[in-house]
Amino acid sequence: MKTGSVGIFCPFSLNITPEMKKSKLLMIIGPLLMLGLFAFPLWNITLEAPQYPIPLGMNIHINKFTDVHEFDIKNINLMNHYVGMKYIPETIPEFKIFPVVILVMAALGVLIGIRGDKKWYLVWFILMSVLGAAGIYDFYLWEYDYGHDLDPKAIMSFKNPDGSPMGFQPPLLGTKHILNFVAHSYPRAGAYMMFTGMLLTLIAYFVARKEEKSVAKSKS
Amino acid sequence: MKTIFKYFLALAVLSFWTQSCGDMNSGKSSGQGALSGNAAERVYVAPGEHDEFYAFVSGGFSGQLAVYGLPSGRLFKVIPVFSVDAEKAWGFNEETKPMLNTSHGFIPWDDSHHPDISQTAGELDGRWVFINGNNTPRIARIDLTTFETTEIIEVPNSAGNHSSSFVTENTEYVVAGTRFSVPFPQRDMPIAEYKGNFKGALSFISVNPEDGRMDLKFQIMMPGFDYDLSHPGRGDSHGWFFFSTYNTEEANSLLEVNASQNDKDFIAAINWKKIEEYVNGGGGKKVPAKYAHNVYDETTHMATSTMKDEVLVVDPTEVPGAIYFMPTPKSPHGCDVDPSGEYIVGSGKLAAELTVHSFSKMIKAIEEKNFDGDAYGIPILSYEATLAGAVKQPGLGPLHTEFDGKGNAYTTFFISSEVVKWKLGTWEVIDRKPTYYSVGHLMIPGGNSRKPFGKYVLAMNKITKDRYLPTGPEVTQSAQLYDITGEKMELLLDFPTVGEPHYAAGIAADIVAKNSRKIFKLEENEHPYAVKSEAEAKVVRDGNEVHVYMTMIRSHFAPDNIEGIQVGDKVYFHFTNLEQDYDVPHGVSMIGANTSELLIMPGQTESFVWEPKQEGVWPFYCTDFCSALHQEMQGYVRVSPKGSNVPISYTLDGDPVDIE
Repeated sequence: MKTGSVGIFCPFSLNITPEMKKSKLLMIIGPLLMLGLFAFPLWNITLEAPQYPIPLGMNIHINKFTDVHEFDIKNINLMNHYVGMKYIPETIPEFKIFPVVILVMAALGVLIGIRGDKKWYLVWFILMSVLGAAGIYDFYLWEYDYGHDLDPKAIMSFKNPDGSPMGFQPPLLGTKHILNFVAHSYPRAGAYMMFTGMLLTLIAYFVARKEEKSVAKSKS
Repeated sequence: MKTIFKYFLALAVLSFWTQSCGDMNSGKSSGQGALSGNAAERVYVAPGEHDEFYAFVSGGFSGQLAVYGLPSGRLFKVIPVFSVDAEKAWGFNEETKPMLNTSHGFIPWDDSHHPDISQTAGELDGRWVFINGNNTPRIARIDLTTFETTEIIEVPNSAGNHSSSFVTENTEYVVAGTRFSVPFPQRDMPIAEYKGNFKGALSFISVNPEDGRMDLKFQIMMPGFDYDLSHPGRGDSHGWFFFSTYNTEEANSLLEVNASQNDKDFIAAINWKKIEEYVNGGGGKKVPAKYAHNVYDETTHMATSTMKDEVLVVDPTEVPGAIYFMPTPKSPHGCDVDPSGEYIVGSGKLAAELTVHSFSKMIKAIEEKNFDGDAYGIPILSYEATLAGAVKQPGLGPLHTEFDGKGNAYTTFFISSEVVKWKLGTWEVIDRKPTYYSVGHLMIPGGNSRKPFGKYVLAMNKITKDRYLPTGPEVTQSAQLYDITGEKMELLLDFPTVGEPHYAAGIAADIVAKNSRKIFKLEENEHPYAVKSEAEAKVVRDGNEVHVYMTMIRSHFAPDNIEGIQVGDKVYFHFTNLEQDYDVPHGVSMIGANTSELLIMPGQTESFVWEPKQEGVWPFYCTDFCSALHQEMQGYVRVSPKGSNVPISYTLDGDPVDIE
């Protein structure tokens, strides 16, 4: 049955057995799904207000910010300057780092899938989860700064009931009222593809375990 | 005693009952149906919801074009066309002054009459509205992406540009006919020698299908009658144009009597395709003519006026078979073609009946040479030969007819003050409803096309007297909306209008609304004095001329402090609105500027001139409530005496303007 040991550096001897095909396939497809991040936005922040029957929206991709409707970001900046918030930058360092991380992790995942060692499936999943969490934490920090580092000469400054200056940080996930705006912050297609991909690698691990058991059983 | 009392009581009750009953009847018959039934519901457009139709209603002596919604009758915008408008700086700012230029110089006013919407294959396409200036003959084109006048062409050899501005089935031409005939060429001559010497020019202005650009292609120099109204053929009659005439007597004085002598005047049928061929084949004669052609460019946000010096004229006798006269009783006004193109309705103002000509019979009469003489070499067709039928005793003073696309026609009667519905083919009167009062034209959205939207008719009244709260001697004109979906018309609504509504053009809102622009893109702004960021803002002196390149964005000008201006300078302020958000215009005005405010849309640049006459520090401010800090949107200009050594400087927040 065994066609010979195949190293990670020899990806072309696919070492596929009918029994093991499913888990490997999942482990290969999962990381590849993350490439959807290059086509679809990761996250979206939408601002509703009485004066904006068509809400203002910003899509966050792994490599750029984009308008939902043309000039939305310009108009978000214009709104936000009243409370002293900084302009949303043209670009941020993360836009250089994230694509590299995603590409490397996707490639790594595919290779791990091809190699077919289920332990590495789990390692990849945990690593990706840690990186993902780091990404979300980074996003939170940026959001916090964006919402709290206000121009001291701001046209309007608001205080919380306890006297501390009011921040305008959009929610990390969910919906929040900020003065006259209702801010929505939710994942978009790119994020869903990434989450699904990661979930597939976890499933791949469990499927692989089951497959090995059944192989062992059939051998015995 | 008791019996007598009872008797009186019974009488009182009875009389009360009959009276209220009578009120109900008179209420219905006088068209007060709005009070009964659910008329209010049918014109109610709930807050935030949109009307089903746009109505472009001419402003008459206001010179403008008003945009209403139907069925609500709500006014959305008054588009400045032929008259200056201080609110929108039309004719006041440097950019639009050339739009009102003519061969007679700058003219701040005209009398706007008959709007017509562009068509493709005989159906409204909603790209442009054309409207005629009657007094100093001009045709304007309004772009329905911006709802702004983007082109005005003067019509030479014409006077009282009234049988205008109607478009052919594919907007090949917008047509302008002269109401007053004039000497051709214009010259110093005795008025009494009118007859035979004056000419009536019918002008065919081609419309570029790409961008709507107009060009006066040819003028037909017709006999010296008054050409009152016109309409294009459609369907089989596409390629023909029909003009009503009066004063075929060629009177030059006391026309109310002297132009009402002939039993029949004419509807002129013009085969414009034939004349177009003749012209394209080198026919016609180029003659000197001076007329202005003014074009507004949406990328430079500026108008240019070009003076033309030549026009191609066609002598009708040189194109045999292209022009015929159809006798039509008593000074016809309306000359309206039904959606099929077969019937041409002539509304003889002083006639006892409404005359309907048949296009197919007209063609037959031409083929059979069924003529009844000629006028200045143009064959007159036999009256009976072209007659399709007549609506008998329809009312008094018929003016204008439109169609619902279901085989019915609706004609206005000025003298008997009513709208009459009648049937094409049987010529029977189906219904009549009063108007309040003395209706001129009426409009069914698409009623002058192959495909009317036969849901409402809008009657436009010349007189309102007691219909509204009085406003001194001058009271409003009005429009009245009738539901025409049933057998009988129902008056739904009555609303005041801007100026005098001579005519209107209506269209289903969804055809137009989706193309309406929200902003002008800053990056596409090619105005020579535009500045696209605060960093580019500047003040430049050139002799005693100073150009201020200023930006506006919520909620400040940049720069907002300017020094170094001197008494006697000519200061050009050029303002660019940096906003790129829907419905965020900024306005601006300068104390003592002998001009209007500017109202500048996002991404647009506009300019005015200020010639300071006194030393001092003079403020300017935003005139359109733009934001929460609108009141703070202001600035100062320091004016020093002539020859002062205060240098030109311009700042924002104490800094040279270079921040963004």
